[in-house]
Amino acid sequence: MSIVRTANHRPAASAHRRRIDPVKAASFITLLITTFLMLLPLFFMVSTSLKSKKEMLKFPPTFLPESWAWSNYRDIFDTLQFGTLYKNSLIIAVLTVIGTLISSGLVAYGFARFRGRGNQFLFVLVLSTMMLPYPAIMIPQFVLFSHMNWIDTFLPLIVPAFFGSAYNIFLLRQFFSTLPEELFDAGRIDGCGELRMWWTIALPLSAPALATVAIFAFIYSWNDLLTPVLYLSSSEKFTLPVGMASLTSSRFRIPPWHLLMVASVLAMLPIVTLFALAQKQFVEGIVLTGIK
Amino acid sequence: MYMFISPWLVGFLVFALYPILSSLYYSFTDYDIIHPPRFIGLANYTEMFHNELFWKSVTVTLRYTLVSVPIQLLLGLGFALLLHQTIPLRGFFRTAMYFPSMVSGVAMSLLWYWIFNPQIGLFNYMLSWFGIHGPAWLMNPDTALYALIIMSLWTAGSGMILFLAGLQGVPASLIEAANLDGAGRFRIFLNITLPMISPVLLFQLIMGLIDSFQVFTQAFVMTQGGPNYSTWFYVYNLYTSAFKEYRAGYSSALAWVLLIVVMIFTAIIMKLSNRYVHYEGGGRR
Repeated sequence: MSIVRTANHRPAASAHRRRIDPVKAASFITLLITTFLMLLPLFFMVSTSLKSKKEMLKFPPTFLPESWAWSNYRDIFDTLQFGTLYKNSLIIAVLTVIGTLISSGLVAYGFARFRGRGNQFLFVLVLSTMMLPYPAIMIPQFVLFSHMNWIDTFLPLIVPAFFGSAYNIFLLRQFFSTLPEELFDAGRIDGCGELRMWWTIALPLSAPALATVAIFAFIYSWNDLLTPVLYLSSSEKFTLPVGMASLTSSRFRIPPWHLLMVASVLAMLPIVTLFALAQKQFVEGIVLTGIK
Repeated sequence: MYMFISPWLVGFLVFALYPILSSLYYSFTDYDIIHPPRFIGLANYTEMFHNELFWKSVTVTLRYTLVSVPIQLLLGLGFALLLHQTIPLRGFFRTAMYFPSMVSGVAMSLLWYWIFNPQIGLFNYMLSWFGIHGPAWLMNPDTALYALIIMSLWTAGSGMILFLAGLQGVPASLIEAANLDGAGRFRIFLNITLPMISPVLLFQLIMGLIDSFQVFTQAFVMTQGGPNYSTWFYVYNLYTSAFKEYRAGYSSALAWVLLIVVMIFTAIIMKLSNRYVHYEGGGRR
């Protein structure tokens, strides 16, 4: 049996169930070991977040907290304005997702449905901006936004999302291109304009791809550090990553590891939730839009 | 059509083309962001080549890239191949491998900051099981960069997802035919699977390189470029020049060198890909 055999070939696999395939046995053991190593840091992230201040300094580290310090999860909201940080990050991420879906969805449709010489050229231009490193443009952008008096507001973190982003345009265009032409012919006969066809035909059929793009956009915004570090200066406007980074740079004599881990767990929460909710669509979306 | 793509067109002009061109202009000036830029010709570029910290940042970034990107690709592909088989607990393994990729950014840096702590951290504790006395990872100039490389391997699962998607696109009929012809696993992998997923490999190679040239968060949160500049990454250097030393002109020159290097790398890889990468439909592009 081949190592690259696909999932659709279960019948063939079960026919030989009695014989244990040595390659599969070895793979299984390798996977057990690597998964253990991958999950161990996460396990300690959660476990340390529930330890008391004294216990977190113990060596060797205890696997499970001796006494579960659930109060850590309350304390962090007092010590760090954690609620404000969380709210700020959520506002920015949600607006970014909305902006990305609308703009990238429109632009991708434009590229997928219309074929022409200018179209080809412009699409290559889109792809080339994917290679454009953010640091290469951050200084002029900073100057531009400071002329507009946008410094220390959320605008520089949100507004660009409403103009489409190359990676998402690319993903969505790949998806839109797979929609059968007949659907749109039918729409045209019914007298639909392009905008209506986009809204009533293309978008509803693209749920997996849109979910993928939404998740990518959310994760990107939620985790971004460089942009908010540049633009936000007053602490009540900080996003979660900026607030958390300040925990190490302010140089505690002994870093409050247990609280740092609480922050990390809470920062991870929305992304894990999102992934759990949309996992099926997400994986489907990646497969369908296939990076080809 | 133009109605649909107009958001991108406007965005491209305002958020890409204009910044690139003005960045080019700034790179020939002495500019502190507050006072108007003053033209000084090529001085920023000549200074760069005599600036020790510039060369330090180039070396650090290249060392990081050359070690971490290939290992990450191999791990991602390896995991994907293992998990493409029908195997017990496959769903669990896939999720578990991908899980670390959801912790990216600052949270991951904080977590590993603790793991690498020489007194109470997990890493040296686990090494001690094997009788190894671990170094003070992030505080030692000889090991700090390697610590960050080890950390980067933790997220190989994100590459795995893309490889898995690629593997699903390999037609089963091809593999069946090869199997009937008596080709072994390794032959099938080398002659069918690898060529078929080469576009995914190429995509990840380019993206991996570009991301790795732009490492910032780890340096900002965990090491502040130290100790003794051993993690003085290129973009960290660029950020410090612009927003700590207020030398936006010099920093723009750094940005343009980065831009050109990324463009050259991409061009080389694209050129190679025309020769070696298989695209669906079989035609060369």
